[in-house]
Amino acid sequence: MKPFTFERATSGADAAAAAERHPGAKFVAGGTNLLDLMKLEIETPTHLIDVNSLGLDKIEKTPEGGLRIGALVRNTELAADENVRRDYGVLSQALVAGASGQLRNMATTAGNLLQRTRCPYFYDTNQPCNKRNPGTGCGAIGGYSRQHAVIGVSDACIATHPSDMAVAMRVLDATVETIRPDGSQRKIPIAEFHRLPGDKPHIDTVLMAGELITAVTLPKPIGGRQIYRKVRDRASFAFALVSVAAIVQRDGSGRVALGGVAHKPWRIEAAEAEMPNGAKAVVARLLAGAKPTNENAFKIKLVERALASVLAEAKGA
Amino acid sequence: MKFDKPATDNPIDQLKVVGKPVDRVDGRLKTTGTAPYAYERHDVVPNQAYGYIVGSAISKGRIVSMDLTAAKAAPGVLAIVTAKNAGKLGKGNFNTAPLLGGPEISHYHQAIGVVVAETFEQARAAANLVRVEYKRTKGAFDLEAMKDKAEPAKSIAGGGTSDSKVGDFAKGFANAPVQFDATYRTAYESHCMMEPHATIASWQDDQLTFWTSNQMIAWAVGDMAETLGIPKEKVRAISPFIGGGFGGKLFLRADALMAALGARAARRPVKVTLQRALMPNNTTHRAATIQRVRIGATKDGKITAIAHESWSGDQPGGKPETAAMQTRSLYAGADRMTAHRLAVLDLPEANAMRAPGEAPGLAVLEIVMDEMAEKLGMDPIEFRILNDTQVVPDNPSKPQSSDPQSKKPEQQTKHIPHPPFSKRQLVECLRLGAKRFGWEKRNPQPAKVRDGKWLVGIGVAAAFRDNLLTKSAARVRLDKRGVVTVETDMTDIGTGSYTIIAQTAAEMMGVPLDKVVVRLGDSSFPVSCGSGGQWGGNNSTAGVYSACVKLRQAVEEKLGLEAGQGVFADGHVRSGSRNVSLAEAAGDQGLVAEDFIEYGDLDKQFHQSTFGAHFVEVAVDSFTGETRVRRMLAVCACGRILNPKTARSQVIGAMTMGVGAALMEELAVDKRIGYFVNHDLATYEVPVHADLPPQEVIFLDETDPISSPMKAKGVAELGICGVAAAVANAIYNATGIRVRNYPITLDKLIDRLPEPA
Ligand SMILES: Cc1cc2nc3c(=O)[nH]c(=O)nc-3n(C[C@H](O)[C@H](O)[C@H](O)COP(=O)(O)OP(=O)(O)OC[C@H]3O[C@@H](n4cnc5c(N)ncnc54)[C@H](O)[C@@H]3O)c2cc1C
Ligand code: SF4
Repeated sequence: MKPFTFERATSGADAAAAAERHPGAKFVAGGTNLLDLMKLEIETPTHLIDVNSLGLDKIEKTPEGGLRIGALVRNTELAADENVRRDYGVLSQALVAGASGQLRNMATTAGNLLQRTRCPYFYDTNQPCNKRNPGTGCGAIGGYSRQHAVIGVSDACIATHPSDMAVAMRVLDATVETIRPDGSQRKIPIAEFHRLPGDKPHIDTVLMAGELITAVTLPKPIGGRQIYRKVRDRASFAFALVSVAAIVQRDGSGRVALGGVAHKPWRIEAAEAEMPNGAKAVVARLLAGAKPTNENAFKIKLVERALASVLAEAKGA
Repeated sequence: MKFDKPATDNPIDQLKVVGKPVDRVDGRLKTTGTAPYAYERHDVVPNQAYGYIVGSAISKGRIVSMDLTAAKAAPGVLAIVTAKNAGKLGKGNFNTAPLLGGPEISHYHQAIGVVVAETFEQARAAANLVRVEYKRTKGAFDLEAMKDKAEPAKSIAGGGTSDSKVGDFAKGFANAPVQFDATYRTAYESHCMMEPHATIASWQDDQLTFWTSNQMIAWAVGDMAETLGIPKEKVRAISPFIGGGFGGKLFLRADALMAALGARAARRPVKVTLQRALMPNNTTHRAATIQRVRIGATKDGKITAIAHESWSGDQPGGKPETAAMQTRSLYAGADRMTAHRLAVLDLPEANAMRAPGEAPGLAVLEIVMDEMAEKLGMDPIEFRILNDTQVVPDNPSKPQSSDPQSKKPEQQTKHIPHPPFSKRQLVECLRLGAKRFGWEKRNPQPAKVRDGKWLVGIGVAAAFRDNLLTKSAARVRLDKRGVVTVETDMTDIGTGSYTIIAQTAAEMMGVPLDKVVVRLGDSSFPVSCGSGGQWGGNNSTAGVYSACVKLRQAVEEKLGLEAGQGVFADGHVRSGSRNVSLAEAAGDQGLVAEDFIEYGDLDKQFHQSTFGAHFVEVAVDSFTGETRVRRMLAVCACGRILNPKTARSQVIGAMTMGVGAALMEELAVDKRIGYFVNHDLATYEVPVHADLPPQEVIFLDETDPISSPMKAKGVAELGICGVAAAVANAIYNATGIRVRNYPITLDKLIDRLPEPA
């Protein structure tokens, strides 16, 4: 771990401004991802700004009938929230499918969105990785890529975004609210929040330097049967091979987003027109143009079958 | 004491303490976090500094240069040791590749240096400043590609022969009316014990003491001395508590050597723990195998010919995974052969992991038995029972071995080609298990049982593992409070050694358990068998038994009682009209006795093995191919069970590991670079609680007087043997899909599952 300085911010604007004053600074929330990466010197911030005392830890109803989730709300708390469980079941299920009880007690809403990939070449600093060390190449391409992305990949990177929560946020059309060092605020639709790797895989999201997430808002509930289905090699405490977040309405229409297949939560709204025609039809559109590796080609069929399972379950209820 | 005749009645048979499911005597220490594990021995020497190991970034080649300037200048750094300044080092008997690499590199993450600093964080930060320039050379990293270059193994773990032959397999197979021939693959696996390798080393002049986590104290001392080029007498190892080993801590490893070298350079005690992410590549692992099995049988299911060949790889000078071994003993058949082929690979060093040989060997053989039974139209249990044998069908004579893991050169006993088993209750295990598990409800037609979206099936496999006898010594003291203290360098790696040794001493001396103190894992104590190969329980307690026999004699002698006439009970010794408390007998000076158990040739006259049967029910998600284990049962016949509670824990732990091997565990090789990519616990998956159903274990009521005065045998490795195959067979029964390539992950099923409705 490289030496760093530390401060505790007291307001959002204060935190963002502090970030601007210290180039190379990072916010720290639960620390469950950032601190691990610092120990491995994959992240090397020179300054840490603790955002745990900003008062951003509340869940409130919005005037539009939605929910505003503070950036510092812990995953455990969010999953257990009465309104979330009733109106946004897919989010609650996604959260409890992630990590472990101990980690969820620490992990925050903003931190979860910003967690970095679990690509093993990214984690091993002896290996080439364009995301960790731009220009060094991609270890995973041609290597061990069973967990990696099958769509939206580039020649520079085939990593996935590992979050479960973000997939549910994507299917719920969430909006990320931020504050910038100059004090201005903006709202970023979740669809635009995470990037595809392209030729700059070291940049995960559209956040600018020093930009702080203050909240994530969910629009008014849309009802429907909400299911989060995570598929993995063991029953718990593992990242998704693939995951499906779905909202299925009585008439068979609905929405679907995928985890474990791309550099961001994967959703193609146009594919959802096929929902009444079944999983095969949806996935044909949703994963059109997929470029899997030999090791992860099974994910395409797995998505199709996991979605079929979700649709069957939705129908059954 | 020499054990060369079958055991007759002895004080252990009273079973007042032995055989009872008593709680672990060290349980309180463990549950309160006060058991002293190696890395936390803050108490033993003052002024401990921290060492951090630098692992090689390449798999094969050499170090061209190392720039230590920045690291040396970093805050808190006390010393840096590399091959350049370590002095001349030897190589331990049990190490295949050198523990400290440079300039030649043998494998990925081989230690190339240790940075010693005031704090752990400083050592780690400085280690990251070490700049190394390498020159890579081409290596062999792909077993599949090297298979045809593999050669008969020269040296086999434990001694023995690479190949064996009885009758004429080729002819027998060709003539068999029903034939089966298939090839299977098992994966590279990592021990993944909870506690990483860790050591604190301290020098006093030329005397080295190291507190470590090691299964085999005497081996560790010997190899430390050998590597450093100092006399064994100058080395002391202490390892009273070990957070799991599974074979990964059988040997001296880099944590211990680098701590010793770091301490010498820094002139201070140094503690080193191996980083978790280094463990799979830096230490040993279970080798992957390719196995071909052929069976020929008559139409009514009698095996006439059987062949088992196994290919595995290791570093130059290494050994094969002995996956075909059990096939020499398990089933009958006149014409037979086994062969082990070893490819030289530049992957990290392969070595023993829980039930080496049998675990991957039975993972394959027991699928073969299932496949063959189906081909014959027989019930797989009946097929196994029909081919049971009470003598060893294939027992090649062992050559004299220079292998340190094997026993002393054999005495001049005549080689017996088909020795009987001392006790073999495989059939009983299968029958009782079938009854308890509800085998008769199994639909022999695969893919017929549904529970909602789940495809449900059950499977069976035989379990088999040899019982190994090795010398083991102990010292027993009796003091004026009537307390019996046992000292032996035996280790408790979570197995329950403390407890069964305490039970043995209590039984022998006729004292309650709370009057026994057990001290383990110190090389200043008499040399025991250590923990490995499921030999620890039987041999170490037999050593304690021997010492206690001597102590009883000492008590009798001191009191002037007739030898062998004392009745030791309730803290007293009685003989005729005299009844003296042991406290009084010990007196102020106390009494001490030391002895060892050693074995004659009973294990040549009789083949000693442990047997069992595993039953597994799985449900496979018909959509995604995810497998969930629903029920498990193991029935074991493995001699006297010294403590049913700790024995059961061993078996359910082993069953859990078997589920891991069946469903998820695999070190993935990057064949371009030559290393195990998923080298941490986030990416190498082992079963979690949610993967395991309630597990049931039944021990047959058995004693084996051929084995030792304890009449016990091994149990801890038997528990894993066959489990993977039972899972695989259950998956086949559930889905109709036969996977011959472990682990059985969903991607291997998904293309062949029924179309979703
Ligand atoms: C063993 C393990 C297993 C896991 N399994 C899963 C899993 O199955 N599924 C899953 O989804 N996740 C999993 N996780 C990841 C876990 O969800 C994340 O580590 C966690 O959500 C991160 O939240 P945090 O608050 O601790 O973030 P931190 O580690 O504090 O921060 C993460 C990043 O977010 C930035 N950040 C934090 N807050 C803000 C803010 N308000 N504004 C701007 N930037 C900010 C930080 O600068 C940092 O870059 C696992 C983690 C571990 C360690
Ligand atoms: S996939 Fe991305 S994260 Fe992984 S090695 Fe390649 S560039 Fe790095």
